[in-house]
Amino acid sequence: MPEETIATFTVRSLRILDERGKADEALMPPLSEADIRQMYELLVLTRTYDERALALQREGRIGTYPPVKGQEAVQVGSACALFPTDWVVPSFREMGVHFTLGYPLDLMFRYWAGDERGLVTPANLNILPICVSVGTHIPHAVGIAMAAKYRRDPVAVVAYFGDGATSKGDFHEGFNMAGVFQLPVVFICQNNQWAISIPLKGQTASRTLAQKAIAYGFDGVQVDGNDVFAVYRATKDAVEKARSGGGPTFIECLTYRVADHTTSDDASRYRSPEEVAAWREKDPILRLERYMSGRGLWDEGYGAEVKRKATRAVDEAVKAMESAAPPEPGEMFEHVSATLGQRQEKQRFVDHPPAPS
Amino acid sequence: MPQLNMVQAINLALREEMERDDRVVLLGEDVGKDGGVFRVTEGLFDRFGAERLIDTPLSESAIVGAAVGMAVYGLLPVAEIQFMGFVYSAFDQIFAHAARLRSRSRSRFTVPLVVRAPYGGGIKAPELHEESTEAFFCHMPGVKVVIPSGPYVAKGLLVSAIRDPDPVIFLEPTRLYRLIKEEVPEGEYAVPLGKARIVREGSKVTVVAWGSMLERVMKAVEGYDAEVIDPLTLSPFDWETLLASVRETGRLVIVHEAQFTGGFGAEIAATVAQEAILYLRAPVVRVASPDVHVPLAKLVEHYLPSVERIRGTVDEVMKY
Repeated sequence: MPEETIATFTVRSLRILDERGKADEALMPPLSEADIRQMYELLVLTRTYDERALALQREGRIGTYPPVKGQEAVQVGSACALFPTDWVVPSFREMGVHFTLGYPLDLMFRYWAGDERGLVTPANLNILPICVSVGTHIPHAVGIAMAAKYRRDPVAVVAYFGDGATSKGDFHEGFNMAGVFQLPVVFICQNNQWAISIPLKGQTASRTLAQKAIAYGFDGVQVDGNDVFAVYRATKDAVEKARSGGGPTFIECLTYRVADHTTSDDASRYRSPEEVAAWREKDPILRLERYMSGRGLWDEGYGAEVKRKATRAVDEAVKAMESAAPPEPGEMFEHVSATLGQRQEKQRFVDHPPAPS
Repeated sequence: MPQLNMVQAINLALREEMERDDRVVLLGEDVGKDGGVFRVTEGLFDRFGAERLIDTPLSESAIVGAAVGMAVYGLLPVAEIQFMGFVYSAFDQIFAHAARLRSRSRSRFTVPLVVRAPYGGGIKAPELHEESTEAFFCHMPGVKVVIPSGPYVAKGLLVSAIRDPDPVIFLEPTRLYRLIKEEVPEGEYAVPLGKARIVREGSKVTVVAWGSMLERVMKAVEGYDAEVIDPLTLSPFDWETLLASVRETGRLVIVHEAQFTGGFGAEIAATVAQEAILYLRAPVVRVASPDVHVPLAKLVEHYLPSVERIRGTVDEVMKY
């Protein structure tokens, strides 16, 4: 038997909107002007929330917070392609996904302020709680997809994670199982180039992350993550494929974490201001504004109005967060298990009694 | 009434629960066509098919992680980890997620999941096939830890575990799998979780033991006025039953095959010291394996508490 090539592969990259805001009309997904305006408003809302969260943390009004800045298009663009019946399995830096799907801003603030009741997903949304343990939630998305397939429910399950997660064992185990069972799951990687201080080349020797999917037997595609149209289109294709039994897809979204890893981090210790400045030029909101401006959908007046509206929503959410009654000490016992054990009963009612009313 | 061993009793529990409720699905390595390496799931693949008897890739973390997702979606998954020593790969999923998703989501999402694993020593198996590290799981709130000691309770406890709204670690003592046969009724009965069983009544010394040690304890206490308690559930523990017995007998011997230090016996001893020390007529004594790794077959019987060692300890406590 001669030596021969038995497999070759290609990795496709998708960009629709370039940095100057010019769109490739042949690739544009069908979006109405109202849809595009809505995407823009969600991008601005996410950034407004993010900037306020950062300020609140500096003022000691919320706890440690992981900024979203620069990654809004991945989040809004992908979430716009989802149906309410789809499931979302997030990590911890996807607040734009939450807001696009209608997760209340004040609830999210409450979570970052240390009130666990902020993670009670409203009944009409299928969003799992934020997962701070990197990559370990990937198998949950796989299991949800297994259950949905068993139930013959035409839903897509979307898991979000970062580039760092692709180095974890659960990434491998989850991807592998998704491939073996051809499950209705879409994996979206926000490749923001940095996992705290480790750059992408410190995570992988792979030329792209997208190509990793090929080894698991399903499609991987790389998209420009700062291009809201490309992300939307790739996600829409993938969730439609998932819902109709076509199996999993991996979407690597190239983006950049413009801010620090969290409010406890100082990114200037490990990366250059020039690198950050170059990525600021590729800002996803700026790019969409340029596109919309060219189409007569955006002017400074409209931009200011959108910002005002977002600011009002965030103001109200901050007010709601800060006026919410703090949890009672007994609350920490209420959701450990459906029923408490004998010792927990004693701990709750004898050792940590409810405050006298 | 049929005489069944523990493998057959667990198989019957799984079969009946799967017949009763189509939310019950099994997943794990070799659980389908092969019927599991101990044949616990034998025949179920033919009865229920590949959709409900899921032969997974060799991925302990994803087995438990996927089961978490299935449970969140509304199924009642029963995941098998082939041997307890391999569950270590899935600790992250059990500790960081199965145990905490209810709490993290404030009960918006729950994880009615059972993780079954054969455990314990004395079956001439390779390394990591004879672990007894149940105490690890008892440290983590949000998971129940259940250990049957015979066919009858195994069936009833597994039924309760499958119906429990929260994750249950169900550890099956491999040495007992085919050692004991008991009358095991077909059809519905449940042994409640969180409730200890007084296996033998007595008034002079309380001996507490679970899993495969119970069988040895029952031989060791012959001739003594000993009360033997099988907790059945280690977490949450039935302290009321244990403390009531110790207050009556004034003596306590704890027997487990897990290593001594940090074994669940330490928790029992500390609790008795705190809650019942004035009733004690002798020190609380633990009979456990030494703080070494479980040896292979040639040495394992020097490691595991023997009937003689247990009897000798009970005798010392009685003479104190």
